[in-house]
Amino acid sequence: MEVKIDDPVLISRYINGDERALEALIERHNQRISSFIYSKVNDRGITEDIFQDTFIKVIRTLRRGAYNEEGKFLPWVMRIAHNLIIDHFRKNRRMPMYKGGDVFNIFSVMGDEKLNIESQIIKDQIDCDLTGLIEELPKDQREVLIMRIYKDMSFKEISENTGVSINTALGRMRYALINLRKIINENNIVLTN
Amino acid sequence: MEKIYTKAQDKCKLVKAKPETIQFLLSYSKSLKITKTKGMTFESNMN
Repeated sequence: MEVKIDDPVLISRYINGDERALEALIERHNQRISSFIYSKVNDRGITEDIFQDTFIKVIRTLRRGAYNEEGKFLPWVMRIAHNLIIDHFRKNRRMPMYKGGDVFNIFSVMGDEKLNIESQIIKDQIDCDLTGLIEELPKDQREVLIMRIYKDMSFKEISENTGVSINTALGRMRYALINLRKIINENNIVLTN
Repeated sequence: MEKIYTKAQDKCKLVKAKPETIQFLLSYSKSLKITKTKGMTFESNMN
């Protein structure tokens, strides 16, 4: 007949260096703890990870001599697992992971912000063309447009820098845009991305 | 027609950690060394 050794005895043996006691503890509670984790996360891989992290914490606490819940080993381990499950969901809320499948591929609706090589070349060409067109504008209009668009200055800052009123700066910006459109239309220039 | 009131038992699936996971934990435990000195505890892994 097999004699069942209680958890506190196994814990005490493990703390005193008997590695087989740890194996017995893990084997004894494996199914209950794994099933508990699986019931929350519903994923076998994540269950394995959380189970492993749970017992790493258990091992470290026992070996450091910081365990003091005699007779309540399983509830203590369950609480550790529960906290790790919460950590897992918190982390996933910050960094959700989407899995693509055969039916739906997440990358069909999601891309990175960066332009591809072709779009980048087109954008560079447009920027270059626009710079040339801006050079054609009268100096006062060009100055306001460059400050507003390229230097991201407010009209208040532009008026302070150029020594004209805000209304004058606004008017120059308006005329700069009108003139740019006029040059583009008259020369049949196509700017697209 | 008689109705059968049974529910799927999917949610009560019994799961067990893989033997590899348990083996990893046992190896981790064996390689873990705890040193206590002057009221401080140091952990080291002799892997």
